[in-house]
Amino acid sequence: MKSKIAGNNIYKIFGEDPSLALDLLAAGKSKDEIYEVTGQAVGVHNVTFRVAEGEIFVVMGLSGSGKSTLVRMINGLIKPSSGEILIDGIDVASCSDEELRTIRREKVAMVFQHFALFPHKTVVENVAFGLKIRGVKAAERRERAQSALEQVGLGARGDSYPDELSGGMQQRVGLARGLASEPEILLMDEPFSALDPLIRSDMQQELLELQRTLKKTIVFITHDLNEALTLGNTIAIMRNGAIVQTGNAEEIVGNPANAYVAAFTRDIDRSLVFKAGSIARPPDTIDLGTDIQSALAHMEETGADAVHVLKGGKLAGIITYKAANAALREGRALKSAVLEEFPSTSPQSRLYDLYLLAEAGLPIALTDDAGELIGVVRPQDVFQQLAVRGASA
Amino acid sequence: MSPSDFLTLPFDDWVNSLVRDWLVPNFRPFFRSMQWPVTQVLNGLSAFLNATPMLVFTLALALVAWRTAGKGLALFTIVALSFIDVIGLWPETMTTLAMVVTAVLFCVVLGIPLGVLAARTEVFRAILRPILDIMQTIPSFVYLVPIVMLFGVGVVPGIIATIIFALPPIIRLTDLGIRTVREDLIEAAMAFGATPWQMLVEVQFPLALRTIMAGLNQTLMLALSMVVIAAMIGAGGLGLTVFTGLGRLDVGNATAGGVGIVLLAIILDRISQALGERRMVQVPSLLETMRSLFSLRGQKPAAEAKRAG
Repeated sequence: MKSKIAGNNIYKIFGEDPSLALDLLAAGKSKDEIYEVTGQAVGVHNVTFRVAEGEIFVVMGLSGSGKSTLVRMINGLIKPSSGEILIDGIDVASCSDEELRTIRREKVAMVFQHFALFPHKTVVENVAFGLKIRGVKAAERRERAQSALEQVGLGARGDSYPDELSGGMQQRVGLARGLASEPEILLMDEPFSALDPLIRSDMQQELLELQRTLKKTIVFITHDLNEALTLGNTIAIMRNGAIVQTGNAEEIVGNPANAYVAAFTRDIDRSLVFKAGSIARPPDTIDLGTDIQSALAHMEETGADAVHVLKGGKLAGIITYKAANAALREGRALKSAVLEEFPSTSPQSRLYDLYLLAEAGLPIALTDDAGELIGVVRPQDVFQQLAVRGASA
Repeated sequence: MSPSDFLTLPFDDWVNSLVRDWLVPNFRPFFRSMQWPVTQVLNGLSAFLNATPMLVFTLALALVAWRTAGKGLALFTIVALSFIDVIGLWPETMTTLAMVVTAVLFCVVLGIPLGVLAARTEVFRAILRPILDIMQTIPSFVYLVPIVMLFGVGVVPGIIATIIFALPPIIRLTDLGIRTVREDLIEAAMAFGATPWQMLVEVQFPLALRTIMAGLNQTLMLALSMVVIAAMIGAGGLGLTVFTGLGRLDVGNATAGGVGIVLLAIILDRISQALGERRMVQVPSLLETMRSLFSLRGQKPAAEAKRAG
C-alpha cells in the first residue's frame, strides 16, 4: 500500500536556536542532559513513520511523550527542527505558507481535544468554517455542513450554539467540522479524552462505523492504550519523543518491543485484542461417507476430541469421539452420531466473543463469508492464549 | 550640595525652541489640514443633533437604551433628558454630545487598527506602549498649549485634545482582547487554513469584541471627562457652561453644567456597557417588548406556577 503521510527523521527542539541541541542529540546525549546544557526541551526525537492511505494510525503515549507535537507537525502548526514530513510527496516542513494553506484547506482537517468550537458561531456555522475559509458560497456551505452534521447524528441541532450542547455532542460537531471540508486526512488530537467513559466508547464505535464508509486516512492521538487497540490499524507507541514500537494491536500486545510497552500491555484484556484467526489450527475434516472405524482411527491419530464433517465438500456438522464410539458399539452409521448444531464464527471475531462458543467444549469452526471452513479453534487454545500474558516481558 | 550647583539645563528653553521655532513654523499647515476630517464630522453631527427636535431625540435615545439596557435605563433617559431641557441646557448638551461622539468616533477609527497591529507584532507593541503610558499620565494641560499653537483655538482643537486623552484605553483593550482569544481557537482556525485576515475577521475580532467594547466604554467616559478642559481652549457646550461658571464664581451655572455632564455620562455609559455585555443571542423583537410592557399577560404563567408549586 502506498503511504499517504511519511515522516522521515523528524526532530523538534523547543527553543530559539536548535542547532546546538541537535548536535548534542547526534552525539547521543539524553533529553535531560540537553536540557541542562541548553535549557531547551526535546519534543520529538528522530521519528520516522508511514501512514498508509485509508488506515487509522494511532499514536499512543503519555503526556510529554511528544505525540501532540508530532500530530501538529503533520499540518504544519509546528515546524520540525529537522527532518521532513511528506503528504502525498509534498514536504509540509519546507513548503511555502501558500502551499501549506492549500494543504490545510483541501487535504488535512483536524479535531481537537477540547473541541475548539467557535463560541460565537452556531453549530452549523462552526461546521461550515473550513468551507467558508476556502471561499465556498453560503448556500452550498450550509448544505454541506448540514449533511456533515447528519453524518454525526446532529442534523437537528444546527442552529444551537456550542455551549448549549453536551461534551459528546460538541465533539461530534468537532468531527463534523473536520469532515465537512471532505479532507483526505483527518488528524484527531485526543478527541475523546475529555469525554465520559461511556460516551467515549460510543464515540469510538461511531468513528469506526463512519470510517467503514469514509475510508479516510486518520492519524489518531491518544494516551489510552485500550482506545489505541480498539481503533488502530497501526499503532505507534511514543516515549520521550521517540517511537518505541509500531505495529498492529496483536503485535503490540503479543510481542511488546521492550519493558515499557510490556508494562502498558500487562493490564490489557487480551481477549479484546486477539482475533480468532490468530490461534486457529488448520481445518481437520472427514467426509460424511467415511465409515465409523476409520473416523475413530483418524481422531486417535490426531488426538482430537472431535472432528468436523463435510458433506459433498460442504460443512455439515461435527462428530465427537465419544458419540462415534457409542455409535460403533450400537452398530449405527456415522451419520446418526453427527451433530448438526456446532459452534462456528468468523476468523475476525475477538477471543472475547469465543468464550460462549467455547463453553460447549467443541472445537469452534472458523468460516469465511461463503461458509467454507478455513480453520478450527480448540477451546483450550482460547484460554491458553489469554494465559500467556506477560510471558514475553 | 546638589547637581544643580554645577549644572543647570535649560530644558524649558529647549522645548520652547523645539515647538516654537521648529514644529510650529514647519508643520502648522500639516496639522491644520489634519483638522479637516474632524471638522467635517463634527459639523455634520452637530447640525443633525441641533436640528433634531428635543422630543424626537429623547424618544430615539430612550428606544436605544431600551433595546440595549432595558426598561429602567429607557425611563431614566427620558427623565434625565427632560430635566436637562427644563434647566435650559438642551443646546449645550447637544453640542457636547456632538463633540464627544466625534472624538470617540476618531478614537475607534484610529484605536482599533492600532490595537490590532499591537496584538500582532511585538515590535509595534513595544514602541506603542511607552507612548500610551505617556498619553495616559501626562496632564492634559501640558499638551493644551502646543495644541493651541498648532491647531489654533476652537472646538476642533478641543476635540483633538480629547482624542489624545481618550485614545489609550481602546487601543490597550483591543490589544488585550485579541491577545487573550483562546489559543486552541486560533490553532483551529490555522488548522483549517485561515489567512491572517480571515483569522482576524472570523475569529479574533468577534471573540475580542466584549473586551473592545469595554475599551470603547472607557474611551467614552474619558472623552466626557475632557469636555470642561476642552472648553478652556474654546470648545463650547456644557464644558463652557461649567468653565464660565467657574470664572464668575457662579455656583448655580457651574453645577447645572456639571449635572448635565453627569446625566449624559450615565446614559452613555450604561448603553455602551450593555452593548458590550450583550450576548449574541436573539433579542426579543420590538413588538414583543412592547407587548410585555403594556400587558401583564406574560407574567401570569410564572405567577400561577409559583402558586401551584
